[in-house]
Amino acid sequence: MKPVFMTYTKKDLINLAVCMVLSVLIIPTFIKTEYWYTSILIPWLCLALATIGQQIVMGYTGQLALGAAGFMAAGAFAMFNLILRVPDLGFVGSLIVSGLIAAAFGILFGLPSLKVRGIYLMVATLASQFFIIWMIDKFGWFKNYDSSGIITAQDIIIFGKPFTTPLAMYFVCLAVTTILTLLAMNMARGSTGRNWMAVRDMDIAAESMGVSLLRTKVQAFAISAFYCGVAGALFAFCYLKSLEPVAFDIKLSFKILFMCILGGLGTINGAFIGAAFILLFPVLLNAIGNNVFHGAIDATIISSIEQVIFGLLMIIFMIYEPLGMAKLWENLKQSMKLKLSSSGIKGVKSTVLKK
Amino acid sequence: MNELLFFMEVLVGGLLAGTMYSLVALGFVLIFKASATFNFSQGAMVFFSVLAFCGFMQDFNIPFVLAFILAAFLMVVVGLCTERLVLRPLMNASEDTVLMATIGLGYVLEGLAQAAWGVEVRRLDLGIGDFPVPWIADNLKLFISALDITAGLVAAIMIIGLFLLFKYTKIGLGLRAVADDAGAASSIGIPLKHIMLLVWSAAGVVALVAGMMWGARAGVQFALVDLALKALPVLIIGGFSSIPGAIIGGLIIGAVEKILEVYIGPFFGGAIEGWAPYVLAIFFLLYRPEGLFGEKIIRRV
Repeated sequence: MKPVFMTYTKKDLINLAVCMVLSVLIIPTFIKTEYWYTSILIPWLCLALATIGQQIVMGYTGQLALGAAGFMAAGAFAMFNLILRVPDLGFVGSLIVSGLIAAAFGILFGLPSLKVRGIYLMVATLASQFFIIWMIDKFGWFKNYDSSGIITAQDIIIFGKPFTTPLAMYFVCLAVTTILTLLAMNMARGSTGRNWMAVRDMDIAAESMGVSLLRTKVQAFAISAFYCGVAGALFAFCYLKSLEPVAFDIKLSFKILFMCILGGLGTINGAFIGAAFILLFPVLLNAIGNNVFHGAIDATIISSIEQVIFGLLMIIFMIYEPLGMAKLWENLKQSMKLKLSSSGIKGVKSTVLKK
Repeated sequence: MNELLFFMEVLVGGLLAGTMYSLVALGFVLIFKASATFNFSQGAMVFFSVLAFCGFMQDFNIPFVLAFILAAFLMVVVGLCTERLVLRPLMNASEDTVLMATIGLGYVLEGLAQAAWGVEVRRLDLGIGDFPVPWIADNLKLFISALDITAGLVAAIMIIGLFLLFKYTKIGLGLRAVADDAGAASSIGIPLKHIMLLVWSAAGVVALVAGMMWGARAGVQFALVDLALKALPVLIIGGFSSIPGAIIGGLIIGAVEKILEVYIGPFFGGAIEGWAPYVLAIFFLLYRPEGLFGEKIIRRV
């Protein structure tokens, strides 16, 4: 397909326009209940952003990392301290700097990836998860010597205007997510992303082609941690509205891993699909429990069932479609196109030719 | 003199606690040795098996030995299902794919265990107290828990047993052949299916024993899954495919984390044993990625 505007094709621009109209115009006009913003849309955007971070390191660069929540915690607490101690930075400045602080941790704990891979790397990244949470927990300075354990997040003020209603916070998350998603797509398509994928597919071959493993891997870890850090800051300030290290425990890391894998490794839209699924499925299951069985099933049983289903899905996807839901969506679109185009062999030919 | 005695006590306590990690690590090693598969669900298997054991004993009043046999049988069934439904379809998939599938398997087992037996913490009384043995306390002036000693003994027996099995029996030879090259092994008539079933069942029983030891100490609860994560640094230090490595790795982790916690921990507000093993593992990875006893990792281009 020919690029229309800069390097983007017509399809890209249409996709962007549809997403923007949907998220900026349609959702705010039709969804009025606060519940949707505070419990679904805002966490969805934050977690999708963190999942993009996980995608960069795992889906694109092929490094098995399991510490997204640790970097999120680093970002969230960096944000809290920056707003508290360097108020001149403003919200946007603090958000960027807290992302950079998380990126520094990413570089530090990504270094083992130069030597090891697979499960070995997973253990090394687990160290970051436990270390960051411990550090925040044990040094009172990070929590401003608050003894209650839960700190209330400061209000979001951008250029003197407060953003405190759910709708306003939704727009903050939306703006940040949109910018970072576009950036991620650009990186994935450009030479940066090509290097990542070359390393993923065969690191030795990539190195012999002149791709620097050191640079590529460290870069992937840094950018991934930056995304997780920003996502963590938004997660704490827009969704939780409080800061506690426990919110960023290993379970959240696993959740993000699941979003990444079920959504589809190596895709950006997979991050959004996966995050939506993992967030919405428990809501759906609870609704079924309450409305169909009228609370006859215990809440703990429902959450156990949810866990079993996530695990089963993981196994099923690994066996039948390791590329996840994004690939399913792609297949669905493809088959729809085939059905729509005139008929049979002629249709197949025309789609093949178009490619 | 008193300080030395205190150090000895910390060291011995750490070493014995380390054998508990070894027991969990042993399950990982068994499966890795026979199929080069990293079974991330080993921790969930520990939780699942011991919760089932507790359930049989406490909810149905089944006697100890029978409950143990039932739980072990349950783990064989789990092994069978895993082999049929997860591993066989993924026979030709990459290592990372199988690893992710076992993460999924872990979720399934955790969920099933909680759905079947509830989420509350259960007490498990093995009849062995978790308090210092008076005889040792009197004669050697060391305070060492009876449970720690039992765990050490059980670990030693299991490791010797498994070592002999791998080294001297026909089954062990088959296991090693499959680990080396599954395709070649099956082409000379080694029944791959049976070997896999055997290994997963053995790992299940090892998980049950490990779970009983941990359960007696900390209560049978979900936190066991997180504890089992600590077996990962043990494996990295000992090497993924070495049974003696699992025990040595466990001892090192146990001793180092206790010593660090007691002597360095107070300067940082304590609780450094949560991450110290992982950081130790990173240093090992940088200098000796294959672990102390593992086979050197060779990747062909």
